[in-house]
Amino acid sequence: MVKLDFSIGDLHFKNPVLTASGTFGYGSEFDDFLDVSRLGGIIVKGTTLEPREGNAYPRMAETPSGMLNSVGLQNKGIDYFEKNIYPVLSKYNTNVIVNINGSYIDDYVALAERISRLEKIPAIELNVSCPNVKKGGMAFGTDIGTLREVTNAVRAVCSKKLIVKLSPNVTNIVDLARVVEEEGADSVSLINTLLGMAVDVNRMKPSLSTITGGLSGPAIRPVAIRMVWQVAQAVNIPVIGIGGIVTAGDALEFFLAGASAIQVGTASFIDPLASVRILEGIEDYLNNKGFSDIREIVGYINKSH
Amino acid sequence: MTKRIEFLRITENKRINKDLFTLELSGSERIPEMKPGQFVQAKIEGSPGTFLRRPFSVHDVNYPQNTFKLLISIAGRGTEALSKLVNGDLLNLIYPLGNFFTLPKKGQRILLVGGGCGIAPLLFLAKYLKSNDFIPDILLGFRNKERIIEYDEYSEAGKVFLTTEDGSRGTKGIVTEHPVLSSEGYDVIYCCGPESMMKAVVKYCRQNRIECEVSLENLMGCGIGACLCCVVETVKGNLCTCVDGPVFNINDLKW
Repeated sequence: MVKLDFSIGDLHFKNPVLTASGTFGYGSEFDDFLDVSRLGGIIVKGTTLEPREGNAYPRMAETPSGMLNSVGLQNKGIDYFEKNIYPVLSKYNTNVIVNINGSYIDDYVALAERISRLEKIPAIELNVSCPNVKKGGMAFGTDIGTLREVTNAVRAVCSKKLIVKLSPNVTNIVDLARVVEEEGADSVSLINTLLGMAVDVNRMKPSLSTITGGLSGPAIRPVAIRMVWQVAQAVNIPVIGIGGIVTAGDALEFFLAGASAIQVGTASFIDPLASVRILEGIEDYLNNKGFSDIREIVGYINKSH
Repeated sequence: MTKRIEFLRITENKRINKDLFTLELSGSERIPEMKPGQFVQAKIEGSPGTFLRRPFSVHDVNYPQNTFKLLISIAGRGTEALSKLVNGDLLNLIYPLGNFFTLPKKGQRILLVGGGCGIAPLLFLAKYLKSNDFIPDILLGFRNKERIIEYDEYSEAGKVFLTTEDGSRGTKGIVTEHPVLSSEGYDVIYCCGPESMMKAVVKYCRQNRIECEVSLENLMGCGIGACLCCVVETVKGNLCTCVDGPVFNINDLKW
């Protein structure tokens, strides 16, 4: 039996395959297709203090090997989440992590306090990298000073494990990852979507109502792997790789480059079973290669063999 | 209704005209019960530029033969690839998805209004109504007589009225200009077609206090309520066309 588990501090995950925020709803959208409890964890939809309607339609455009979205964090807010969604989530025997977003540092702090009181949520993913909101979002994750401030403030009130989701829309992601680690984050996840744009030639207008949006899917995978590789060598906290993972082979690239875990995102839209197929494929690969523990391949390409 | 991911076998690919074709699909297992208005998300193979699945309304269902049909308009590379499928090819679907048209009340006078490829869910609806002892009238609008499709199939389920924009057959003009709308005193209208047509029908129904449901065709990412890309503005806020629709009562729409 291959060991697939991993840990962030004392938080244990049965396996390193998680689902990315905003691509897996609250899990229940996928109940007809798979047993969500097989996954190492799910990161549920980005949550804000107040309900948000998100951006106007159209919010999506298909692009080569990927898609642009500008959903803009549509969600029903933390009150609704606590009252109506949280009680249902406890049916899953896996780590349910909440992704939090705000327009001001105080929003993040208030959310972190609220989530810290929820017994069955073991970790928070701090989203400082959403490119689709007018205020806050990516602005927190692209400026070192602001990123330090928000991570510090949230850390002070967050009794759960703190994962910071980094933006790729920066000059040097390593500097940002280091700051997050210095301010006490337990893990970093990367990458969020890349800022992109498409134009509808027939309508002669931007494809998205917001003009620009976040690019996801296999198109961004090489960028994500490069950034994970850089960050994994620069920090001592676990790195969670995200970006265009569709197959087990894609996921393994991230592990070999230094990721301790991965998140499956856009792939779940096309194949709702993508996450479990990836999990099974990772296990097969390790068996075939004669490894007994996934830890043996984390950062494998960076070591001399 | 439980959603499935399944490979279905093509049993017929029938070209209707230059732009439209129907795919008949058969399951190796018993096909699930489906309702008019529901749709499938088809995975497209053999089209490198096509990343996401494509949604199509269920057009017709034949439970005894264990088959159902999709009516597809060639609109881009994805649908172009589907048009090349031949008997025996497999198509991966997530289905059945979305909500469905609600049955009228006994004694209500019913009209189905559709145009172009938007007539896709209406054939299934017309047959379903007939099997539930409702005889609907059906008003179909096309650009010209060459574009008219499946007239005979619709005629089997109800009385068909036609409009063409150039007057080459039926009444000249658009569907809302057809005299049957006002002469028959309909209680319920079900509509699917181009957005401009649906908006005109919605306006007519509001002015004349007629109950109306429309089936929307918003761009979709996942089809299962996870990506929140296909939203429509409603009195209840932004709702997903894929799980809260595609069928909406016009009282809920902010059109």
